[in-house]
Amino acid sequence: MIELENITKVYRAGRMEVSALRGISCRIEDGEMVSLMGPSGSGKSTLMNIIGCLDKPTLGKYLFDGVEVSKLSDNKLAEIRNRKIGFVFQSFNLLPRATALANVELPLIYGGSGSHRQRALQALESVGLAHRAKHKPSELAGGEQQRVAIARALINNPSLILADEPTGNLDTQTSRGIMLLFKQLNQQGMTIVLVTHESDIAAYTRRTMKIRDGQIEALE
Amino acid sequence: MKLWDCFATALQTIFSHKLRSGLTMLGILIGVAAVISMVSLVRSEQAMVRESLESLGANLIFVTPGTPGAGGGIGGALASTSTLTLEDAEAIASDARSVSMVAPITQSTTEVVAGGENVGCLTLGVTVEYQYVRNFETEQGNFISGQDYMRSARVVVLGNELAETLFGQMSPLGQRLRINGRQFEVIGVLKSKGEAFGTEDQAAMIPLSTAQAVLSSERAGGSGHVIQAIAIQAKSRDAIGSAQWEINDILRRRHHIGPEGEDDFRVISMGDIARTADQMYAIGELIMAAIAGISLLVGGIGIMNIMLVSVTQRTREIGLRKAVGAKRRDILTQFLIEAAVLSLCGGAVGVALGWVIIKISAGVLASMGFPFPAILPGDVVALAVGVAICVGLTSGLYPAIRAARLDPIESLRHE
Repeated sequence: MIELENITKVYRAGRMEVSALRGISCRIEDGEMVSLMGPSGSGKSTLMNIIGCLDKPTLGKYLFDGVEVSKLSDNKLAEIRNRKIGFVFQSFNLLPRATALANVELPLIYGGSGSHRQRALQALESVGLAHRAKHKPSELAGGEQQRVAIARALINNPSLILADEPTGNLDTQTSRGIMLLFKQLNQQGMTIVLVTHESDIAAYTRRTMKIRDGQIEALE
Repeated sequence: MKLWDCFATALQTIFSHKLRSGLTMLGILIGVAAVISMVSLVRSEQAMVRESLESLGANLIFVTPGTPGAGGGIGGALASTSTLTLEDAEAIASDARSVSMVAPITQSTTEVVAGGENVGCLTLGVTVEYQYVRNFETEQGNFISGQDYMRSARVVVLGNELAETLFGQMSPLGQRLRINGRQFEVIGVLKSKGEAFGTEDQAAMIPLSTAQAVLSSERAGGSGHVIQAIAIQAKSRDAIGSAQWEINDILRRRHHIGPEGEDDFRVISMGDIARTADQMYAIGELIMAAIAGISLLVGGIGIMNIMLVSVTQRTREIGLRKAVGAKRRDILTQFLIEAAVLSLCGGAVGVALGWVIIKISAGVLASMGFPFPAILPGDVVALAVGVAICVGLTSGLYPAIRAARLDPIESLRHE
């Protein structure tokens, strides 16, 4: 599914060059659930952006679903993000004035297939929120908002779900619900990469990748 | 991304931010309403003036004494010592081929007495042709006939207002009155021609022959019987130009004016006056359009301003849209459509508001006694709405490009 080979990312800030990633190589197989851990500044956000096709590596090779994506154009990357990757963010990133249903539909309009009420409703149902379809984000609890975001990530039936601190804004009880939902999706065959700095969240995954100073410190 | 989805997204954004959208539209709305109502009012007035000129008589040409440089219009020239004669009029009637009818006119200021009323007014000496050349209709009785002219009859036709001043509610027909001490019988009253050209409403008309016999202080001189003006009807609208040439030619020949000499008469067609009026109104329309155009421009700047703020406010939204697969083109289109739809809506509401303003102005003017036609100028509506959309697109372009260029990672982190 994901093959990283010697991925390097260098940022330029004026004359200074900062290496965020220094030669990362690893494989994540189809149907795996992996957590990505590391302190802030370790480069885990940069790595996540590259895996999510939001950013391109300076050096190295990235095969996603058998396709070399590190040299693709912005438009091609946008297509891959749309069709094959579902994003879940710490702060949910829902459109505040749109209903849950409209939020879930959002990726569909950029996929060229047009909007499909039915598909969006099914996605909401799969996260247990069909009855809240007409509510706006402000009328939903934090956990419910994150479920809407997960439904949005699922709508295009992606190959990978990339979750960046998905429980960072939630209490323990709600967090457990969300993690169980991820676990359930993984059992249905979905590949999931989770970025977190909490070890009890990482404990839900079979494998943990620890990053420090732009390098893989440990693969468990 | 399909175009329909772009529209749906843009509309959704516009409707979910009603206050902001309304404020954005306001500039364009006022601009369009201003253009439409201003131009419409100018045009309505122009139409009214044109109608009044038309009512003076179809294809009318006036010949008055005086040089082209001197004198102030028809009335001013009439007062000066005349160089025109009845024989000039007869020559034009027989020689000018583009002319269908010729009506010579004498004019004098007279004192009219009827019953207890004593009024100073203009008395015109006219022939039977004058009624047709000037397009007069009688309200009561008849106009001066050929027989009245032949007999130099002591008969008078009164202008509408003069009749009312002299006789009030009483019917003037068959009544007797005195003009400069001579007794006349009233045989007709003219219909009023309306506000704009009401001089005949206060005039009296008697046969030309009677006027020359009774009123004229000047007797036939060496060149003939002096008259003060000639009203001429050209055969058609297209013949007005050639008729003017012919009249000019005949009069110069009869007045022995050499090739270098200056005319001692003036030939004015109603078309000339209408053209001058039209030019004035075209300039007025242009000025109105320019002022309104400036308000459209200000409206455009308003759109750009608010859209730039909106791009900053919606940075996270743009980042999210990009993360879930929106391309630059999609974001660009979305913002451009938002700008276009906003200005289109502003334009549409502006047209409606303009129409309301036109209606209200027409109503107010009508209540003040000026019947004013309410015209919605189609070409200006189309132009104003078109310009509004262009202004919207142009001012939306820069914010849209800014939005499209945003980096998704940065945008998602934006607070």
